[in-house]
Amino acid sequence: MARIEAEVGKPQGGLMKWIDDRFPFTKTMKHHVTEYYASKNFNWWFVFGVLAMVVLVIQLLTGIFLTMNYKPAAAEAFASVEYIMRDVEWGWLIRYMHSTGASFFFIVVYLHMFRAMLYGSYKKPRELIWLIGMMIFLVLMAEGFAGYLLPWGQMSYWGAQVIISLFGAIPVVGDALVEIIRGDYSISDITLNRFFALHVIVLPLALIGLIFVHIVALHEVGSNNPDGIDIKKHKDENGVPLDGVPFHPHHTSKDLIGIIVFLMIFSAVVFFAPDMGGMFLEHANFEPANMTATPEHIAPVWYYTPYYAILRAVPDKLWGFILFAMAVVLPVFLPWLDRCRVRSIRYRGWTYKAALTVFVITFVALGWLGLQAATPTYVMLARIFSVLYFAFFLLMPFYTAREKTKPEPDRVVYHG
Amino acid sequence: MGKFKRFASLLALGACFLASQTMAAGGATHFEPAKIDPDNIPSLQRGAGNFMNYCSGCHSAQYVRYSTIGKHLELSEEQLIDNLMFNAEKTFDTIKAAMPAEDAARWYGKAPPDLSLMARAKGADYVYNFLKGFYVSDTSPTGVDNVVLAGTSMPHVLWELQGFQDAHFNDHENEDGSVTTTFEGFEALSAGQMDAEEFDAFVRDTVNFLAYIAEPVRSERRTLGVWVIIFLIFFLILAIQLKKAIWKDVK
Repeated sequence: MARIEAEVGKPQGGLMKWIDDRFPFTKTMKHHVTEYYASKNFNWWFVFGVLAMVVLVIQLLTGIFLTMNYKPAAAEAFASVEYIMRDVEWGWLIRYMHSTGASFFFIVVYLHMFRAMLYGSYKKPRELIWLIGMMIFLVLMAEGFAGYLLPWGQMSYWGAQVIISLFGAIPVVGDALVEIIRGDYSISDITLNRFFALHVIVLPLALIGLIFVHIVALHEVGSNNPDGIDIKKHKDENGVPLDGVPFHPHHTSKDLIGIIVFLMIFSAVVFFAPDMGGMFLEHANFEPANMTATPEHIAPVWYYTPYYAILRAVPDKLWGFILFAMAVVLPVFLPWLDRCRVRSIRYRGWTYKAALTVFVITFVALGWLGLQAATPTYVMLARIFSVLYFAFFLLMPFYTAREKTKPEPDRVVYHG
Repeated sequence: MGKFKRFASLLALGACFLASQTMAAGGATHFEPAKIDPDNIPSLQRGAGNFMNYCSGCHSAQYVRYSTIGKHLELSEEQLIDNLMFNAEKTFDTIKAAMPAEDAARWYGKAPPDLSLMARAKGADYVYNFLKGFYVSDTSPTGVDNVVLAGTSMPHVLWELQGFQDAHFNDHENEDGSVTTTFEGFEALSAGQMDAEEFDAFVRDTVNFLAYIAEPVRSERRTLGVWVIIFLIFFLILAIQLKKAIWKDVK
């Protein structure tokens, strides 16, 4: 690789020329890596895209080794996970990396999405990147959900039971739909088999395809930056943006720092708190699935709880499902709900700053409430926060239309 | 001695074949902390002995191999065979219950659960308080009930050691007329072979062992984790230098 990188951009013969005559290797490397220019003033909010890729690789690699030892059968699944944890060499590490990776995938992706909201990354011309990103998020939710059934513990079983039965609230087709998802009249061996297929083949393929398109779209229009201004307005004589630095080696060397810090936090969880006090591995999931004993308190894993809290806040089953689905899908429309032309929060008015602050509090509060038992007080709180959640999106065209923005700078702010 | 105790407790259990099936939850909500020390090898060794003498008659630990216990608890093959393997041929065998599960299910109404992951599913404090929480109850077929798990099918296996105790409850009438029962405390009815302190230590060792078998790799992962973090710190220092070198001309 060192040789290839050193020779990129030089006239060349030999093997590289032979390949380049047949495959656009050097051209692709230039376009996406060595001559892909992104703003030099990235702050750490811009590291989460790369971190999502790192987690994806962790999940794919550990997933392959788990698949080699896991048995997707109701009678054997739970025991095979314990076999991995106890008898397979380094199996415990692979499994903890995978279970921790699932939670970190969502942490990283939520922060990545929040970055887009901070700096207006979804705005013109990046609407399509945002749309593809939202599709990635939906596939990721499905992937996490399918994966959570596989250990076949009590929470795997009953969590899936609760979520799958939600689809039964849909009029007319609901019951048939639930049956199609389960492949049976209850969650069974058949459900486990098809969720396994979804988890290891269908959804990962979709995920990788969408991520590829996400990046192609990003490299077409260029990365946003903390000032939310276009760095392509000022170019040198070679057409290189004056405020841009190449992705490699500049951004890669900076991202490496972010990756290592991320791995330190990730390792701290894997090695010292793999259950995260029942948040990443729920206690009840150390009991095998038992269809005759419902656990006292069923809560989905933390990354779904904001939406689950909204679902529970609605007394009606059908409307609960509708609002739940709307809560997941509404962010798709952000590029058109946000009417403000200024991208970065640095130069936006107080209304958006206030709205975004309330939204963050709302999202965290809903996430917490979704983990608690549904007492009357908590349900009332969940209702208040649900209203705030929807208000953030649905009122956005109004509070962003006449925002008092600050003037944007001509060049990015960079202090070296 | 160990084998005799196991036999005696088996007899005691066998007498309880009419035990109820109810598995109602509830009881004490505030647990006394188990204060186990997972790095204390002698405590784990004592706990292993307690487990084999008092638990493994009825409860299996189907994912746990004797050889794994031997490795982590610093026991030789002879020590394993002589002290722990009452019901196993090979050191790589897993821990099976002496009592057949079908019989157990018939006698107690519910087969005694496997204990491989019990401490992880319920928490060490839960198990500690459960083992100390048996009290005399006239309405229970086993003669005892439990403050942690009301209506449990499990008899008071450790009665010889702890003796029997009574539990005091207090009924509060709420504003809406419903009644909340809270557990107030125990009162010893008969003395066991151990005093309260010795019995606490006995249960603590046992729970320590149960927590160990729930995740045998715990201590290994923590040791490895320290090295991984140290490696990453060095890697981070190099990466920061690299970034500075590459970015030095960017103004």
